[in-house]
Amino acid sequence: MVTLTVNGKQIQAPKGSTILEACRLNGIEVPTLCYDPDLRLAGSCRMCLVEVKGRPLFLASCVAPAENGMVVETESTDIVEARRVVLELLAARHDFNCQTCEKNGDCKFQDYCYQYGVKESRFTDGGRHVYPIDDPNPFIERDYNKCVMCTRCVRACEDITNARAINVENRGHKAKIATAFDGDLADSPCVFCGQCVMVCPVGALTSKVSAGKGRAYEVEKVVTTCTYCGTGCTLELNVKDNKVVGVTSNRSEEYSPVNKGALCVKGRFGWDFIHSSDRLTTPLIKENGEFREASWDEALDLVATRLQAIKEDSGPDSMAVFTSARITNEENYLAQKFTRAVLGTNNVDHCARL
Amino acid sequence: MGKEMRIVLRNADKIDPNSIDDYIKAGGYRALEKALGMERKALIEEVKKANLRGRGGAGFNAGMKWSFVPPAEVTYVVCNLDEGEPGTYKDRTIVQKDPHTLLEGMAICGHAINSQKGYIYCRGEYPYVVEHLNRAIDQARRKGVLGNFDIEVRMGGGAYVCGEETALIESIEGHRGEPRFKPPFPGVAGLWAEPTVVNNVETFANLPEILNRGSEWFKAIGAASYPGTKVLTLTGDVVNRVAIEVPTDTTIRQVIYEFGGGIRNGKKFKAVQIGGTSGGFIPESLLDTPIDFDSMRGIGATLGTGAVLVMDETRDIVDIVTRIAKFFEHESCGKCNPCREGTFRNFEIMTKINRGMAAVQDVEKMSLLCKVMQKACLCGLGQAAPGPIVTTLQHFRHEYERKLLA
Amino acid sequence: MTNSIGELEKDATGIFVIGSNTTENHPVIGMKIKKNVLKNGAKLIVADPRRTDLADLADVYMAHLPGTDVALVNGMMNVIINEGLADKEFIANCTEGYEAMAEVVAKYTPEYVEKITTVPAQDIRKAARIYAEAEAAAICYAMGLTQHSTGTDNVKSVCNLAMLTGNIGRPGTGVDPLRGQNNVQGACDMGGLPVTYPAYQAVTNDAVREKFEKAWGVSLSPNNGLTLTDTINKAYEGQMKALVVIGENPMMSDPDLHHVEEALEKLDFLVVQDIFLTETAKYADVVLPGATFAEKDGTFSNTERRVQRVRKAIDPVGGARPDWQIICDLATRMGYPMQYNSPEEIFEEMKALTPSYAGMSYARLEGRGLQWPCPNADHPGTPFLHKDGKFSRGKGAFSAIEFKEPRENPDEEYPLILTTGRSLFHYHTGTMTRRSSALDAHKPEAELEINPALAAKMGIQNGEKVKLSTRRGSLEIKANVTDILAENVVFMTFHYHEAAANWLTNADSLDPVAKIPEYKVCAARLDKI
Repeated sequence: MVTLTVNGKQIQAPKGSTILEACRLNGIEVPTLCYDPDLRLAGSCRMCLVEVKGRPLFLASCVAPAENGMVVETESTDIVEARRVVLELLAARHDFNCQTCEKNGDCKFQDYCYQYGVKESRFTDGGRHVYPIDDPNPFIERDYNKCVMCTRCVRACEDITNARAINVENRGHKAKIATAFDGDLADSPCVFCGQCVMVCPVGALTSKVSAGKGRAYEVEKVVTTCTYCGTGCTLELNVKDNKVVGVTSNRSEEYSPVNKGALCVKGRFGWDFIHSSDRLTTPLIKENGEFREASWDEALDLVATRLQAIKEDSGPDSMAVFTSARITNEENYLAQKFTRAVLGTNNVDHCARL
Repeated sequence: MGKEMRIVLRNADKIDPNSIDDYIKAGGYRALEKALGMERKALIEEVKKANLRGRGGAGFNAGMKWSFVPPAEVTYVVCNLDEGEPGTYKDRTIVQKDPHTLLEGMAICGHAINSQKGYIYCRGEYPYVVEHLNRAIDQARRKGVLGNFDIEVRMGGGAYVCGEETALIESIEGHRGEPRFKPPFPGVAGLWAEPTVVNNVETFANLPEILNRGSEWFKAIGAASYPGTKVLTLTGDVVNRVAIEVPTDTTIRQVIYEFGGGIRNGKKFKAVQIGGTSGGFIPESLLDTPIDFDSMRGIGATLGTGAVLVMDETRDIVDIVTRIAKFFEHESCGKCNPCREGTFRNFEIMTKINRGMAAVQDVEKMSLLCKVMQKACLCGLGQAAPGPIVTTLQHFRHEYERKLLA
Repeated sequence: MTNSIGELEKDATGIFVIGSNTTENHPVIGMKIKKNVLKNGAKLIVADPRRTDLADLADVYMAHLPGTDVALVNGMMNVIINEGLADKEFIANCTEGYEAMAEVVAKYTPEYVEKITTVPAQDIRKAARIYAEAEAAAICYAMGLTQHSTGTDNVKSVCNLAMLTGNIGRPGTGVDPLRGQNNVQGACDMGGLPVTYPAYQAVTNDAVREKFEKAWGVSLSPNNGLTLTDTINKAYEGQMKALVVIGENPMMSDPDLHHVEEALEKLDFLVVQDIFLTETAKYADVVLPGATFAEKDGTFSNTERRVQRVRKAIDPVGGARPDWQIICDLATRMGYPMQYNSPEEIFEEMKALTPSYAGMSYARLEGRGLQWPCPNADHPGTPFLHKDGKFSRGKGAFSAIEFKEPRENPDEEYPLILTTGRSLFHYHTGTMTRRSSALDAHKPEAELEINPALAAKMGIQNGEKVKLSTRRGSLEIKANVTDILAENVVFMTFHYHEAAANWLTNADSLDPVAKIPEYKVCAARLDKI
């Protein structure tokens, strides 16, 4: 353990902790934009700067090791001044258009501007570069007018997905996130997993499928298991007004043991079939080669009567049930129980082979 | 003209730089032989005792730096020849005039940290230096003078930030030239995450003579806290635009007037910027400061790389600083927020001032931005970039005020 | 999977991927494998007729001809035995049948195998050494290994390979089938199979049957039932009268759709319970609208045997009902009352009859879920099976397996090998993903992968429509010219009803044991339109 003093209070943290980890472990919040414990550290946003007695420079607490006897200030006048300047510099390159932003209410940049009272930037004389919003892919909106250059997307692409589709291009103020040769994602190694969307702290990368359907504070998040392949990823269905409006993911291993928040394109963007206008919403009975709508009672009675009759006429083994690799365990249990106990046959199978 | 003292340039213009035999005849590679006969610890101790401090700009005790390298199977010696500071050409001069003194110095370091591999990271604008070095390395290999130490030259792509040691390492690894956060320092985890010593050309070039003549000899030269000599490159409105090597207790005034021959065309002195583009501007009143690292720091200036840019009375300070701001706006790598955005906004405000369109509030907000950048930026580039603005606001504020709107 | 997904990210130092395009079909597992290779330096061997994303990353990539897996794996074992790389201690203590296996493998020298598979002998050697020398080596496979007339042999072969090198029963080792569907593991675990009750208890076992008869209060059939493929065949022969299909789409997913179509038409009564009017539902007499995963509670079991909660997020759309309620209603109407207030009540009944799930409860499944076997309420679950080389049957049995050719090989009339599979952007028969706006917008059309040399020879341009035929029929499809497969192989997915691959596949070539169709090999012909 190391013991240090933060804001006048003695705290302890495991040896090897960074100052930020030590602070958060002890309930002291330090603002961060580029920090992400699951990704390679960058130390570049300079929001988490702290003052350490005896050090001439501010330290980025996310990468600075906590040392015994350190005396740290996380909200001193100078630190707050520096953070405000950093926020103002970012505000000067940001379109500051929260009203129409998907991430309104779920944006760290917005939170910190609020917290540090940054209502406008003093550094906007030269205006800002306006980036076109023109990547035609149907999954990910890329609006670099809202980008704060934290590079979490770049690192998620490399560290989680290992696709390496994006990186920083250009230098200095012209630096931006881009694919090789600054093209569309579809022409890069991008697999549209949306891990970049997951880690983006602002509104620069958002889901096109969810656009306009509901903001974070309006939705309820229901933790569940993905309906696609057999990996069993945990995801969160975002629900607003009894409709699924999006998918997000919980990154805690305690809730997401298989995928730790990582998803693929199907899990993250392939959910709007739920509300497809093609959904069957009422039982159908075929008459003279055409389907007609029927009530549940009518349809179920018809099925029960016909199955009963066939069972009596042709025997149980003339019937079979295909249960499903997509329905729940409970339903599969019932389906085979139904086949065996009600129909009286072992003719039950599903598409495990297909 | 004043008298130089030549240690790193001891062979300059005396031997054929293309001939290893000349170098050996002049006493070359004897220091390495001596070093190889020493215990590593003793060798590091000797360099530490000499108090040879880094000649690249940061002024860290070289022996001390080496002593941080933990025992490891693979370690690297990296020489910083990314001489990107405008007005600086000392490293190129050293290498062009006496390449083997660099190679010998690197090999000595190699023995000290048990390294078999050295890299020279050469500025992309010096292709002929790469050729020149490769020729020298080839000769040394064939003579076998380097023992089991080998050296490879890598060429930069023209980014100023790659003079920063961790950005330089990233570049050698084939990545974007962006600095890493420290710690870990390269001494612990540097090139390909292995312990790595990065030193400047001039630092390495001092080593053969320190080994030959001993740490006591070296320690007695120049300023006590920063002993030895310093190669300076004189540019601007000075009569003699030359590279010189002088003891570190020489004053700025001596450099300009005794070695530089004074101001050109009989004009009056206005300012001198030392250490490269990020160096502070020094007014007449501080010219009697010795050039050593600590004295320079004492007046809010830097020794840096030893570039000496002299400006006469006709020069427009605000205009010059605007150009400097443009340089940093262009060279910021873009990794950390305060530097990426700050260098851009500094240039924006400086341009506004220079065009006579700024008010005093603009100067104030620029001062605030500079103050934050100096403490908040990730690497030396961003931390030092505001230096010219800050020092000219301090010493030449009237030149700014003249251009401000009422 | 005998092991856990997480082990592929950190514990495995060598990974052999055969017949799995992991980054497209199990993308998150693919990410973990890539991370292990790129960040930890794990060795990767890939065997696949198509040069997949993982193949590009592999230390050895073997592009074996479709249907030659047994030969390839026998070749690797031949090298391992001859070079003394086998784990003799493991073989002696934990297995049986080694001698007979070794005898068969003896003739599969790399040079002999090269002739069968087209994989250079030195690559087979290299792959064998990497796999055998890895401290912990895992084998990942999917339908590329199983969908063959020799599917069972193929799987037994990779089990041989794992046992030969003692790569089982430790973290990072194992034989890991990557299961294709969210709850295919659960459907099997729950007894959705014609021969077993839940937890693989045989329907022919009297004691087992008595247990279920007592629990369910009825007498039960002692005879094995029919598999899905056999059921369709029986229907085709007119011997099947009624079929209830719940969330399945045989009119897209089963081999030779002409055959399926005729079979369905011959049924007296077809009930389809689904969320959409699928290709199969169109043949139904009654269609019952079920609920999506977002509309009901329950559990899924993933490929690593982890049972996890599914939670209701919204009410079923329109008049749709959760499938469990539909089944209950139907059973009740047929005179067998099924009444449950919630899926949790069903789970409680199920676990009492399912030893591997016995220790689970909804409360215990909160958070991380549990991996079976979990026999009692204190059991922490089982991350990897066969610990210390202890197999369920006692000793691990080697199988002596000879290579057998695929059932339908190219000839003059049908000179190409058609192999089918899946894309990253769609899922199985496309029922859900084709109706997911973004996925369908991104990949709206079926494509046939054709080698550039073949395309050049036939004058086919990238993107042009071509005609693909087999003995079952033909379809028109867009050409995608790519060098990731060999000149005599073509590939298409089976997601698109507009160009459904299974109009072309072969219903006659099934694996004799598993009754799995040979989707990975049939003879085909390509024509310009």
